[in-house]
Amino acid sequence: MKQNKFHIGQKSLVKYIYRIIIFMLALSGFAQMPVFKRYYIADIPGLGWLAKFYITHYIHYLFGLIFLAFTVYIITDFFLTSRKKYKITASGYIRAAIIAGIITSGTILVVKNFPGYHYSPAFIVAMDLIHLGLGCVFLATGLTCMILKLRIISRLIVVNSCSPLARS
Amino acid sequence: MKKKISRRLFLKAGAATACTLAVPNIASAVSKADIHNQLATLIDISKCIGCGACVEACSEVNSSKYPAPRKPFPKMYPKRVPVMDWSDKQDVTDRLTPYNWLFIQSATVEKNGEEIELTIPRRCMHCVNPPCVKLCPWGAARQLENGISRIDPDICLGGSKCKSVCPWKIPERQTGVGLYLDFLPSLGGNGVMYKCDRCYDRIADGKLPACIEVCPENVQTIGPRDEIIKQAHTLAKETNGYIYGEKENGGTNTIYVSPVPFEELNKAIEKGKGKPHLNPVKNVMANANNLGTAMLIAPVAGVVAAVGKMYSMAKTEKEDASDETE
Repeated sequence: MKQNKFHIGQKSLVKYIYRIIIFMLALSGFAQMPVFKRYYIADIPGLGWLAKFYITHYIHYLFGLIFLAFTVYIITDFFLTSRKKYKITASGYIRAAIIAGIITSGTILVVKNFPGYHYSPAFIVAMDLIHLGLGCVFLATGLTCMILKLRIISRLIVVNSCSPLARS
Repeated sequence: MKKKISRRLFLKAGAATACTLAVPNIASAVSKADIHNQLATLIDISKCIGCGACVEACSEVNSSKYPAPRKPFPKMYPKRVPVMDWSDKQDVTDRLTPYNWLFIQSATVEKNGEEIELTIPRRCMHCVNPPCVKLCPWGAARQLENGISRIDPDICLGGSKCKSVCPWKIPERQTGVGLYLDFLPSLGGNGVMYKCDRCYDRIADGKLPACIEVCPENVQTIGPRDEIIKQAHTLAKETNGYIYGEKENGGTNTIYVSPVPFEELNKAIEKGKGKPHLNPVKNVMANANNLGTAMLIAPVAGVVAAVGKMYSMAKTEKEDASDETE
């Protein structure tokens, strides 16, 4: 019982942390384009840092690191402890695939930024566009799922031999 | 009470941990990229007589790459977006512009109690890890395998981020040219950024960059970075000179050797828009790249946390079970 309450509390905490990470990643990610200064957003008090490319780059990396650790934690935790109680829904699979694409393209771009790493120009342009495009698709999908109340996982119905459903 | 972790639980956790063991290996491999074969130039400031032959040759050879803007320029929104037009000032040679990628800086300094005049050819430093290339959001700025960084005028949207992140503010913008004209010219983009591409096309053909080829005093030497660094140190030792560019921004491929300290040269040169400084520069990409290395080992932390949680849940379950049987 005690454990159940702890588990539910932990799940909602995970949800809120995840949303904060996504928000910061999206904000610092869009700030990689020189648009926040042009469109006066960086003029809003407290948002001046959005026009400072090294700061936004650092913040994007920092939240990318947390995002990666957190995503691996959730996936590992699911397979170790929750796989028999929950199943991943269709919208969950879609979001997982988008996240996989974002992480893959993001990792390639991080490696590209180390000294002495070269990829073909066309590949880098493709990675930049894929990373940005998938980021936008992920936000749109997340918003749609939130409005339609589509969950990532759903509880499995356990049918045991004593239940009337099993007997019929 | 004896608390046991089941064999199945142990195997599951072991497999999860093993899967992440490969990740630190990837992270360590990342720092082993070869940067020693990049092409670097040595500029012996004491040899430069400021004749301007390099500036003229640069202009002559690269004129086909210069912008040909369409006028009138599209109206920009919002109004704060600056129009940068150098097309009517193509003759300007005392600073960097989209039509002048190399200029001569002069400095009057004292050496051994005597006043001397030094002239310094200035252009893109071609950093070993160029922030203009690494932070370009579209991949328009790129670094070639030989270390040359250049901006592709067919892709660049002229957002000027490369200039903002460049420690020397080298790239210069020309409005009214490039890809942005085909999208939303009033709302996004603002032309194309231009800077020295170290005659990458001539180098690909086995020729020397124009500025090096025409120099009557052989001020510049080009070669593999390791050799150029060695030459720079030998020259500095022989002449009691000073080196700039070897360590700046984590290392550049333009190494200056001067008979006077660069602090003094920096004080004496005219600095400002299109006229870069000679200050010491810290490695601007270092902090983010340290975080990048940490990012590659972040999955390990995720697995450890999940495995820890599983063990703690298993322990609590066992405790609950034993409490119930008691």
